[in-house]
Amino acid sequence: MCSLNSRQIGRTTRRALLAFPAGRVLINAGSRVGFAAGILAFVLAGAVSAQHRITGSGDVQAKISYCKDCHGVSAQGFNGYYPIPRLAGQQPEYIENQLRAFIEHRRTNNIMFNVAHSLSPAMINALTAHFASLNPPPIGGAPRQLVATGRKIFEDGMPEVNIAACAACHGPEATGSGQIPRLAGQLYPYMLKTLNNWDKERGRNPTVPDAAAIMSPVAHSLNRSQIEAVAAFVSTLRSPRGTPNTVQ
Amino acid sequence: MRGNRLKSAVLIAFCWIYHPAASYAEVLAVRNCNWCHGGSASGYPPAPALAAQRPQYVAKQLANFRAHTRDTPFSRQYMWGAARNLDAESVRNLALYFASLPPRAASDGVPSLVGLGQTIYQQGMPEANIVACVVCHGPNGEGIRDIPRLGGLDSTYLRRRLEQWKIGRIRLPKPRS
Repeated sequence: MCSLNSRQIGRTTRRALLAFPAGRVLINAGSRVGFAAGILAFVLAGAVSAQHRITGSGDVQAKISYCKDCHGVSAQGFNGYYPIPRLAGQQPEYIENQLRAFIEHRRTNNIMFNVAHSLSPAMINALTAHFASLNPPPIGGAPRQLVATGRKIFEDGMPEVNIAACAACHGPEATGSGQIPRLAGQLYPYMLKTLNNWDKERGRNPTVPDAAAIMSPVAHSLNRSQIEAVAAFVSTLRSPRGTPNTVQ
Repeated sequence: MRGNRLKSAVLIAFCWIYHPAASYAEVLAVRNCNWCHGGSASGYPPAPALAAQRPQYVAKQLANFRAHTRDTPFSRQYMWGAARNLDAESVRNLALYFASLPPRAASDGVPSLVGLGQTIYQQGMPEANIVACVVCHGPNGEGIRDIPRLGGLDSTYLRRRLEQWKIGRIRLPKPRS
């Protein structure tokens, strides 16, 4: 990581010098000044990466920024070509488990499979703590007329078809707990996609059974319009008391 | 030139069918675009292809040119002026017209780089904190809503845009909502 950083910085410095006619003269091979400029660039790059080694915060900040390139500037989620879920206020244990799920082929997602491989346990701790601390408002966009039906299903379930109240596990404010995810403020299209494709995306590795099995019958019992209603309701929920959730 | 006469006829016919009230001014506006963006709007460097571009994206960019919030040397030189006199309806019609044209691949990049480019597009480079393009721009670079189509754009345009982002000339590279 550090060597990569210094390489990148070296390249950037060279490019910055190339951008100016005077810099181009500096870089000309054989020129003493050019040589000195090269040394200077090298020393500067070394100094920056050495600082990264000591604090490590540069790497964490860069990785947080990388996550937010897709998940939104406040990790509030983003509707790209695919819906990219909200991570703000998410349970650290849930994120950590999902990152492991990508690697263990329990959860299928080619992009996140690669991303998960690039994260050390220390980095995952830093990232999950950061995301848990964020509390931006939901991005909205769900059909409002579905919210009331969704609230009823979320709070009371549908006993006649053996569907428990979502609130029983995800909490009355949908903030989740441990490996059970926060749903409050989650993107409407992401909720739809996830519930409609549950068994195609989750619990995919029979040799490593996980909590996805708990949701499987629920996702099957809900019909399309009930899924839309629940998704619309949770997507509007803000965190109570201005704090994302209780991190145990 | 028979080809040009045919194109004009098609344009006039299109505008007539699409919007009975569309006047010759509409045709003229399209022709003004074509001077730089190419006869079938498939791009003519440095002007990018507009054919099959997302209509919301084209409309948004025209608004950005008008508001001078898309501020690059070529924007100043060409598009600020080109967009200055377009009203909301012209913007909408132009955007829908270009979206209706078939895309054509520029295929002007270095062939030996295509493999690496495909890998970065589809998987990103997680170790170097580079995200996968596919997540927002779609499996075939087709774009969605106001997220632009990249498929088929010429490599010099895309390179220039990415470099402009890199040096901070384009603000808000991150998704806001």
